[in-house]
This record gives sequence, structure tokens and C-alpha cells, in this order.
Amino acid sequence: MVRNLPDVAGHFGEFGGRFVPETLMSALLELEDAYANLKENEDFQKEFEYHLREYVGRPNPLYYAERLTEELGGAKIYLKREDLNHTGAHKINNTVGQILLARRMGKKRIIAETGAGQHGVATATVTAKFKIECEIFMGEEDIERQALNVFRMQLLGATVTPVSSGSRTLKDAINAAFRDWVTNVRTTHLLIGSVVGAHPYPMIVRDFQSVIGNETRSQILEKEGRLPDCIVACVGGGSNSIGMFHPFYADSSVNLVGVEAAGESILSGKHAAPLCAGSIGVFHGAKCYLLQEDDGQITPAHSISAGLDYPGVGPEHSYYRATGRAQYVSISDEEAVEGFKLLSESEGIIPALEAAHAIAYLRKLAPTMDRDEIIVLCLSGRGDKDVYTINSNPL
Amino acid sequence: MNRIKAKFEELRQLGKSAFMPYICAGDPTPELSRKLFKALEEAGADLIEFGVPFSDPIADGPTIQKASERALTHRISLRQILDLIRELRAESQIPIALMTYYNPIFRMGEGKFCAAAEEAGIDGVIIPDLPLEEAESLLELAPKHNLATILLVTPTSPPERIRRIASVSTGFIYCVSVTGVTGAREALSEEIRPVLTKLRKHTDKPICVGFGISTNEQAHTVAQMADGVIVASAIINVIESHLGHEANIVSNARKFAEELAKGVKGEI
Repeated sequence: MVRNLPDVAGHFGEFGGRFVPETLMSALLELEDAYANLKENEDFQKEFEYHLREYVGRPNPLYYAERLTEELGGAKIYLKREDLNHTGAHKINNTVGQILLARRMGKKRIIAETGAGQHGVATATVTAKFKIECEIFMGEEDIERQALNVFRMQLLGATVTPVSSGSRTLKDAINAAFRDWVTNVRTTHLLIGSVVGAHPYPMIVRDFQSVIGNETRSQILEKEGRLPDCIVACVGGGSNSIGMFHPFYADSSVNLVGVEAAGESILSGKHAAPLCAGSIGVFHGAKCYLLQEDDGQITPAHSISAGLDYPGVGPEHSYYRATGRAQYVSISDEEAVEGFKLLSESEGIIPALEAAHAIAYLRKLAPTMDRDEIIVLCLSGRGDKDVYTINSNPL
Repeated sequence: MNRIKAKFEELRQLGKSAFMPYICAGDPTPELSRKLFKALEEAGADLIEFGVPFSDPIADGPTIQKASERALTHRISLRQILDLIRELRAESQIPIALMTYYNPIFRMGEGKFCAAAEEAGIDGVIIPDLPLEEAESLLELAPKHNLATILLVTPTSPPERIRRIASVSTGFIYCVSVTGVTGAREALSEEIRPVLTKLRKHTDKPICVGFGISTNEQAHTVAQMADGVIVASAIINVIESHLGHEANIVSNARKFAEELAKGVKGEI
């Protein structure tokens, strides 16, 4: 039963764990303790719910996408509108939770990594609100791709530190954040943005993001009187998808489908699909599926979407994949761009390129299902940040 | 007897500390790292810490990151490094501690790795991202292959962890002198003495101090407090400053290592 996962040492079956330098062990243990206490603390939970409601704007709608449903001619499609949250993506659910946690732990400084910049913006937003010093690490390549988000973080008062090592993307930004944390661990909280990293991060981020699945459950029961047949969400590190999947883990009638980025194509090797085409290894503090060479060096990922451009994936997804609880598929850059246009034109909703991967998969899935079946798609973010990328990748 | 254990017993009888330089296998080229290895031994190293380059070295500062990147341009793998060590073993009996991140070992399989490491002539392993909690199976396997498992203690390790680490670490205990990543620093860390004192309470095993030691004076100071002195980034900096001039790389690294060795042995 997944509600007992991870175990006390942070393992989801064979996945997860704590593979970090000794310097960080005491901080991880301290975080684990602090969180274990606050998880049961009613004040803390009320404070979290208050900010999600009043500041983030939750609950957001579970929207029946009627035109998209008609266009695809199959199952009834609902969109969970995480794009309507303050800052425009699901990332804020977790940053609100972690900033409250960090404050109660007495931390004076927040650091974070970011890929697409959505997590960086969500972090800079809460550090502005709670007046805490903030430094965001971002790969140089992502800074070029996501100039708008860099500007937003700076407006919010955060320092954006470019990372020029390795592939100059999310994985290297995480390396840089870890190195800063190793140095400043006594005063600093590392605010990880996805369900990756060493225990207890995958568990904490999952718990804060589970608001997505919990709301969806009550909303679909209200609208349809039953659970959906299928839930679809994109997977990079995997936080929006785990937040959506986890509350439905025990409902075996609900198919869970994670959509990874196939980049140029799986065969080309230029992709970001460790669950579909990777192997098990240890990366960024956890055992998980990842993209690697035979000798254990990490292979850079590739995706048109900066938020999915990551060679590893969370340990809980790795566990779902290994046990067959969820199914994982992949969508290429080109298909994602088509998905982006499809939702923009059919519903007047411009999706983030990350979520566009999940939409593109609906084109394959929905027509194979009956009209009385239900799909819920997690629309993890809005696409304003991606319009330049789309413009330079015309179909 | 394990060469690391024998070396520390020998040094203890002489009342000396060990000098342990680090180089990264394959940096700047596989052939030069072989020459550097021999030069360090001739310069007075007691043990050598031989690094396996990794694509994502989260415990390392910029100097070792760059060394790893240079080494990986030659696509050098753990298997090739084991071959290189096997060849070096034909000419040298110096104790070798292999420093590697965990994923290359995991990928090979712990059992296969331990057997291959023993066969190549490696005496111990240092794995910076494998803390106590995840090391159980390796701690059980390694002694069967005469491999020391060298764990790290840091200034942030609480007393109870220090006790547990000290009790399972073999060969020596790697005492990290700073709260931070690897890298040469101007001044010695003020955290060294307190962490050494805490550590000494729990163990008689040899303790070697590393991270941030970059001059012979610093090496001398640390040698007074510990059983061994590890110098890494400062040596890599010498290599880096002579890139493109092969002969100078080896001769300058040798010269610098000689000074450090004198510092450790109290001959300055």
C-alpha cells in the first residue's frame, strides 16, 4: 500500500534512498524530523490550506473540455486547471508548503534549482511574500530559452545564478544547488521543485502536490458521480503527475498514464524519457530510472520543453513503473508542438509545453475510448513562457 | 595484509603522518595521469587517492569538476581505470584508494566491482555520495575482497553518527575539514580541530584530513593533528595551469608534491 511508502529510510521498493555527501545527512535528517512533526500539526496544515486558498487561488476548476472532446471524438476530457494558479503552474503548491516548513525550521536563506523557470518563479514568489533571501540556480541554456521567467524572478527580488557546467540545463542547476547547500547547509533550505532528490524530498513534494489529485477526486465525483477511467499527466522530474496520481494509487479502476518527452525521438537517443527508455541507477541522491551510459555516466537529456529536460525521474514514479501501477509513454518535440496548438485553438487555452506533451498523447488515447469514458488531464501550467519557442519551431 | 592498513601501521611506528595526493584518472589524458601517478609516488606520496571522473560530481568544487570534464572527453570508464591501475600495479606497491561516485559502481554491480577492484590491486574505496545508511551491502562485500571502505566524517556530522561511521570505516577515516565542497582555500578551516577532537573520542583508527589544504605550511599544520593529509584541488590547479605543455605538467606537479610531502613530514 503506497500510503506506507516511502519506508523510514526513504525507499519506494528498491528506489529512492539517500545518496548524498555526508555533510548533508544531518540536514536531511533535520528536515525529515521537522516535517514529520508538522505533517501531524493542525496549525501548520491550516496555514498551508489558508495560503493555497487565499494566495494561490485554490481550488482551481476541473474543466470539461467540450470542444477538445468533440474534436478527438472519444472519451470525455476534463482538464485540471493548474495553469490558473497564481504564477501559472502547479509549482506554487510545493513552494508554499516548503517555505512554511523552512520558516518554522528557522532557515534564513532559500536556494532552488529551476529548468523552465516555473519552479524558480514559484520560489521567488514565496520568498518575496515571506521576505526571505533567495538564490535560484539555472542552466545557461535554459536562461536563453526562458528569458521571460528569468526577468520575473529578478522582478521578485531573487538572484538568478547562471550555471555553465555540464549540459547547462536543469541537471546542472541541481548540481549547483546541491553544492551551495553543502556549503551553507546550516542556514539555508534547499527548496527542491520536483519529486526528486534524496529522502525526504520526494515524499514532501509529493505530499504538498497531492492537493491536485485530492481536489480532482472530489470534483469529478461531484460532476460525474464516479472516478475517471484514465488520468494523464506529463513527467519530467514528476511532481505534477505524482501529485495527481498518488491520491488515486489505491483505485485500481483508474489507469494512470505518465507522458515523458521523446525529444527528437527515442531511437535518436536525444530524449528525456528515462521511464520509457532508461535504466536503473543512482542520481541526485536517489535510486531511480535514468539516462546513462553503460559505465554509469549520466547522459544529458533533450526536450523542446525545458521543464521536462531532465535525465532522471522521481523514485515514486520509478516504483509505479517497475510495479506496473502506472503506464509511461512518450511524445516527441514535434507532437508536443501539435498538442500545444490543438489546445490553444480548440479551447482558447495556451498550455505550457510540458503539459502539451500530455495533450498530444490525448490525440492518440481519447479516440480509442468510448464516449462514456472519462479522462482527466493535468494541465500543469500555462504557455505564455513558451510562445517564443513555438514561434521558432513552426510546424 | 591490506596495503593501506600496513602503511598506517608503518607510519605510526615512525611517528609520521601520511601524505596522500589525489589525481583524477584520465586528466588531462589517460597517459598523463599514468605519468602523474608515478611522479607523485616518486615525490614522496605514501598513498594515492585515484579519482574516477563522474559527469555530475555534486561534492566537488570547480577544480575537480573541470578535471572530471577533461578526463571524460577521453571517454575513460571505470573498467578502463581498473585496467590502468592493474598496469601500474606491475611497477608499484603504493596503497591506492579509489575515489568514485556511487553510480559507476552500482552500474557495474557491487559484487563484480569488488572482485575487479581486488584483482586490479586497489586497496580501498572512497564514495562521497554513499553515506552509512546506503552502504550496508558494500560494507559486507568489500572485506571479502581485501578492500577498505573509507567513510567520511564532516563538521556537520552529529556525535552519534560520528561514532557509527568511525566504527565501520576501515583503512582510515576521511575527515572533511570544511562544511563545503572540494577546492583549494587560502586559509585552513577553523572547523578542523573541533571535528578531529570529536572523532578522536570514538576511534584509534587512522584519520586523514582533506578538503581545502593547498600549501606545504597548511599540510604541515594538519599533519601535526592527523594521521594523514589529503591534497587534491591544489594539485589539479598545478596541472591545469600547465595544460598544453605535457612535460611541464608532470615536472611541476612532481615539484609541488615534493614540497607538500616535506610539509607533511615536518621537513620545512
